[in-house]
Amino acid sequence: MRLLTHNMLSSNIKGVTNGFPLRMEVGKVVEKTVDFNADFLRNMFAKVEWNALVEGSKALGYFELPDNVESSMLESDEFLHKFHHALLELHLEQGALICPETGRRFPVSKGIPNMLLHEDEV
Amino acid sequence: MKLKQLESHLGSLQQFDNPKIELEQYPTGPHIASRLLYTADNSFGDVKDKVVADFGCGCGTLGLAAALLGAKHVIGVDIDAESIEIASSNADELELDVDFIQCDIRHLRWRGGMVDTVVLNPPFGTRKKGADMEFLSTALRVASEAVYSLHKSTTRDHVKRTSLRDYNAVSAEVLCELRFDVPQLYKFHKKKEVDVAVDLWRFVPKTSSPKRL
Ligand SMILES: C[S@@+](CC[C@H](N)C(=O)[O-])C[C@H]1O[C@@H](n2cnc3c(N)ncnc32)[C@H](O)[C@@H]1O
Repeated sequence: MRLLTHNMLSSNIKGVTNGFPLRMEVGKVVEKTVDFNADFLRNMFAKVEWNALVEGSKALGYFELPDNVESSMLESDEFLHKFHHALLELHLEQGALICPETGRRFPVSKGIPNMLLHEDEV
Repeated sequence: MKLKQLESHLGSLQQFDNPKIELEQYPTGPHIASRLLYTADNSFGDVKDKVVADFGCGCGTLGLAAALLGAKHVIGVDIDAESIEIASSNADELELDVDFIQCDIRHLRWRGGMVDTVVLNPPFGTRKKGADMEFLSTALRVASEAVYSLHKSTTRDHVKRTSLRDYNAVSAEVLCELRFDVPQLYKFHKKKEVDVAVDLWRFVPKTSSPKRL
């Protein structure tokens, strides 16, 4: 699972109001190279929740993203490459996503999060 | 990539081993799947360099077709772990990097605005009436640019009316009518194959609405 996917998932348990972002419990991380596309990144920049991306990348062991950003940084190639790496190339392969409100654990196995709910959660 | 090439790649994918009746697991054939994605890409620019989600991805045909046509990020969602496993090995086979999530579409809660295009071959609702409409309604809340879906042609008026009135669509257009071979997967099917008329739809969601699900 890429951090781009993590950036849109939220806890889907009934009644949870602050289900975003899901915390990560990390067993194994893998990296896969993706073609760099600056326009795609500029477009995504407006949509991602930056803090969730920074926290997510730190959880996966990548500490290069700045905590604070502004759109002028999109001119910098160096910044774009870091953003690219964090958003698209890092994968949570084994571990779990944790609901920030209830602590409920959604296991991630072979990169696939299991977000199925129990009967009393729907 | 040419349409023929796309179709032949999709023809090589592994399909459901033990289709589950209650989940309406029949594959989206390579002919239909290739046309759906090719049209979305070629006529509307809704695939290349986009974020694309495949709802009820099964063995992954539609999502993988999107990835083959250059989608930047593809997410396949299905309720069934076994199908996702097949989809994931299909992705490996084609050396495509696609994310999969095991989730019931009815309980999907995603931050809005992130996905450009949703493609889906929903359960037609032969087992559970209205199943296709539940999928469509969620797709229209998630997508910010377009939704491509297949529905039985007999439901055309209902799909049009409901999507425009209740589901946040600003346009709903049938692009073409196709024949869908639902193979004789199940013992209760008397004929070898049931040939169903199916519409390929393109919906455009309202973008001005609040996008948080
Ligand atoms: C007609 S098949 C789609 C096949 C897929 N496009 C393919 O080519 O393999 C419908 C799919 O929806 C999935 N499904 C059924 N109900 C679901 C639900 N509530 N949430 C998520 N997926 C569901 C089934 O497991 C099945 O894979």
